[in-house]
Amino acid sequence: MAARSLDEPRRSQILAALEDQDTTVIVDDPLDNTMVLNMGPQHPATHGVLRLLIKLDGETVVAAVPELGYLHRGYEKIAENSSYHEFIPHTDRLDYLSPLSNNVAYVLAVEKLLGVEVPRRAQYIRVLICEMARIASHLVATGSMGMDVGALTVLLWTFREREKLLDIFDVLCGARFTTSYTRIGGLQQDWTAQTTAMLWQFLGEFDKNLDEVQSLLQTNRIFIDRCENVGYLSRENAIAWGLTGPPLKAAGVPRDLRRDVPYLVYHELDFDVITFTESDALARFYVRLAEMRESAKILKQALDKLPEGPYNAFAAKHVLPPKERTYTRMEELIHDFMLINLGINPPVGEVYQGVESSKGELGFYIVSDGTGQPWRMKIRSPSTCNLSVLPLMLKGGMLSDIVAVIGSMDPVMGEADK
Amino acid sequence: MNERIVEKLSSLGQDVVESSQEFRGDLTVALKTETIVSACMLLRDDPELAFDMLIDLTAVDRYRPEARFEVVYHLYSLKNRHYLSLKVHTNEDHPEVPSVTGVWPAANWHERETFDMFGIKFTGHPDMRRLYMPEEFEYYPLRKDFPLMGVPDSLPLPRR
Repeated sequence: MAARSLDEPRRSQILAALEDQDTTVIVDDPLDNTMVLNMGPQHPATHGVLRLLIKLDGETVVAAVPELGYLHRGYEKIAENSSYHEFIPHTDRLDYLSPLSNNVAYVLAVEKLLGVEVPRRAQYIRVLICEMARIASHLVATGSMGMDVGALTVLLWTFREREKLLDIFDVLCGARFTTSYTRIGGLQQDWTAQTTAMLWQFLGEFDKNLDEVQSLLQTNRIFIDRCENVGYLSRENAIAWGLTGPPLKAAGVPRDLRRDVPYLVYHELDFDVITFTESDALARFYVRLAEMRESAKILKQALDKLPEGPYNAFAAKHVLPPKERTYTRMEELIHDFMLINLGINPPVGEVYQGVESSKGELGFYIVSDGTGQPWRMKIRSPSTCNLSVLPLMLKGGMLSDIVAVIGSMDPVMGEADK
Repeated sequence: MNERIVEKLSSLGQDVVESSQEFRGDLTVALKTETIVSACMLLRDDPELAFDMLIDLTAVDRYRPEARFEVVYHLYSLKNRHYLSLKVHTNEDHPEVPSVTGVWPAANWHERETFDMFGIKFTGHPDMRRLYMPEEFEYYPLRKDFPLMGVPDSLPLPRR
């Protein structure tokens, strides 16, 4: 209001100072009732460094334009300049809420390229870590979505559960976040009786604790009112825009790669693919809650079925030998030296491998020219694709709906920006 | 399934399918660049194939004098639970490929990313801007002749 009463030169001076150096917003008539609002990249409800330019008519969103790239680190370029093993730690930093499933997705793609079959014990352990990562990620999504619309307690309760899972990761591979647990052809170290006991203890109380979380929200009038019928997207649009994961399932499309294009040992396990038809923020929230229960079901079956045996494939030219043998045997020392210095040299060819991560389809497309470094590697990140429909979802909604919609899409910018 | 796809694509015209190969069970079909939109329309609308999702779109810099860039499309059919890769190529002087945003809107951001990283223009795209890098950046980072360490002074430091 104060700006209106200022004289013209002073006002244009202020406008010029307010203007961001990177983006020029052209306002034809500043006294018109549409207004351009910049949200992010430093906004707490944008889950990282997502930036939105929003055009408002009163409190109604006329148009929204997402801007990406604030966390772009050029991982695809780094991949072209590092060996296949060297890239595993980088996958932790993609979707940093579920690093274990990124580790698995990447090595599955490389193993498909190599044609290496992993022992059954390693496959079961990979299923276990993928599902633990899914629960951990969905717990954050549920909690932060509650926080975004004003229910702070939920965040604390879901983080308490997630903390128990992170403790298991810590015992399993020595790190809570940057796990780098998988290796090409197997795993870094074996699953132990201690992790089994910890996981059983977690699973024993998880259903009850999740019920408590759910009861906090599902009868919460404010939560329901702010999420119901918000951020609607039709089933046809969800398919055409290439959505995957919980947003697609909430739109009524039962697409789950674990069932549709089975990898690892998911075809031996019994679970349901959750779908809702409402396709609003609330439906996405319920999909995640139900998916966590399904993941707990898978975890219990996988723990029961976990076979004994080796956890690394026997393929001396591609798989790193065990450390104690490298130190004591000539043959293994030579192979270790060659694998570290020259790489695994897969055959010439190109593969695409997608897995159902917690955000949707996480895929790696690798082009090999036969040398130790990939010629090209593309990361198909689910967060990018899910974010691309934001303009459609936000248009016509209210300003306060934006945080609920972003919370329900659960983007992770480390993955969206690569 | 894979034979049927090649068969159907061949019905579009004599020289539409340039080559097709299977590696680890996945089919990749190389198409003539100008026919990509009509081929995608056919794959999407054919009731038997029904490739209704564009999962990924990217490019590969082959770094050779002829047909330097390859643009790769990964399609998925919900009905058949089947993946398919398509491939077209373009040259270094005028890297242009018809946009498939009219077939699947999902291509919008994928094509912007490919333009950002390789400088390949997608003709008919509604909003051909960079996705990750700033607008004034004049290089294409995923080209093979772009150095890993970047180009010094190519981006201005923030104004104080």
